[in-house]
Amino acid sequence: MSDIAERVKKIVVGHLGIEADKADEKASFIDDLGADSLDTVELVMAFEEEFNCEIPDDAAETIRTVGDAISFLEKQQS
Amino acid sequence: MRRIVVTGLGLVTPLGVGTDYVWSKLIQGESGIGLISSFDTSDLPVRIAGQIPRGNSEGQYNPDDWMDPKEQRKVDDFITYAVCASDQAIKDSGWLADTYEKQIRSGVVIGSGIGGLQGIEEASITLKERGPRRISPFFIPGRLINLASGHVSIKNKFKGPNHAVVTACSTGSHAIGDAARLIAYGDADIMVAGGTESPLCRLSIAGFAACRALASKFNDSPTSASRPFDDDRDGFVMGEGAGSVVLEEYEHAIKRGAKIYAELKGYGLSGDAFHITSPSSDGDGGYRCMKAAIKNSGMDISEIDYINAHGTSTPAGDEIEIKAVEKLFGPHSKNLMMSSTKSSIGHLLGAAGAVEAIFSIMAINNGEIPATLNLKNKCTDTDINLVPLTRIRKDITSALSNSFGFGGTNATLIFSKI
Repeated sequence: MSDIAERVKKIVVGHLGIEADKADEKASFIDDLGADSLDTVELVMAFEEEFNCEIPDDAAETIRTVGDAISFLEKQQS
Repeated sequence: MRRIVVTGLGLVTPLGVGTDYVWSKLIQGESGIGLISSFDTSDLPVRIAGQIPRGNSEGQYNPDDWMDPKEQRKVDDFITYAVCASDQAIKDSGWLADTYEKQIRSGVVIGSGIGGLQGIEEASITLKERGPRRISPFFIPGRLINLASGHVSIKNKFKGPNHAVVTACSTGSHAIGDAARLIAYGDADIMVAGGTESPLCRLSIAGFAACRALASKFNDSPTSASRPFDDDRDGFVMGEGAGSVVLEEYEHAIKRGAKIYAELKGYGLSGDAFHITSPSSDGDGGYRCMKAAIKNSGMDISEIDYINAHGTSTPAGDEIEIKAVEKLFGPHSKNLMMSSTKSSIGHLLGAAGAVEAIFSIMAINNGEIPATLNLKNKCTDTDINLVPLTRIRKDITSALSNSFGFGGTNATLIFSKI
């Protein structure tokens, strides 16, 4: 697992209060991990903080799963 | 008019968590006032407050017992305290809204004087230092006063009236009185009502100290700082906590065999129309408020045994309240006991009225009148028994509880044995 994937999963687990093995890449924040729309806004803020970047609102809307977040951040950080 | 009874009680105060636990400490004359431990007070004129004892021992408060840690992060403490007090009250009442029909007849009115000041203070710093993109989406819903009611409603599936009161230090009393009227008018059969406050942060101490409202002479002897009706008083001591009651239509309570603590017999309201922070010197607002509650109750003034005073320990307010009581009760004043339980827990602002309503109900149920601690030299001559220093054991049938708030807003509740 890439360093980015590990850090993303750690944030998701911490913010949504879920068990670590639930945060697989296919998991949807809202449908599978019990997040509401406000939780997803906060998650994106946490990603910005962790990776010291800005995620524009239109991009944030496309980040629906753990995998979406990892691939977006991998592209951005490369 | 439909009769309203009290069928559940819940408390979280500087004396601890749980109605019986808090009551036993109160009756023993214990003080919940101490040095502030949760933030730096070195540059503040006031370094003492009534703080909820935290921990896992009996009577101590652990927020994890009441709300998922993940959810706690999103709300100010006043919301968690409201959930804590309301869960206790609902459990105590034995009411379970487990059908749609029950849910739509159950409502909530919980108020707060200030709401999430602590979170507003922190978010302002974030905004200034790190910019608007760093403000959490939970900032607003975690600070709004009516979100205390909102959380209690969601957690218990109470789908009836979902309301909130904001009347400074009268909030808790107004919440209970207004909730009772909602039941009386048929909008609900059962209501959770109360007040909650988490005012312990630097911004709040600085603000109230600037109003010259806080006791500042007793930083070195915290337990003697709250001394209502005493010559040496110099202001109130801020406290945190919440009180909730379950109010219920009388026949509804009887039908389900609920335990009934007391009947809410009277509710009075008035406005001073005088000054933003000071009561008028003639005590007219408090007088008319008590008078309105007596009229609403249909009782004679001679039926009132005990008054839980607003009695905040401020130089002006305490004496004015005594005069207002004497004016209304006349010769019956000599039979009255009147104490201020703020001497023990401090002033819980928006929670005060609800917590003190519960103390009044407990006095009726237990035949014990809590003392006014630290009352060594009465500030004025009066025939009223101000219950100095130690509690009085006496069976009583009716108690009146006063709350007066900034903005000149007053509320009085009267409870009686059923």
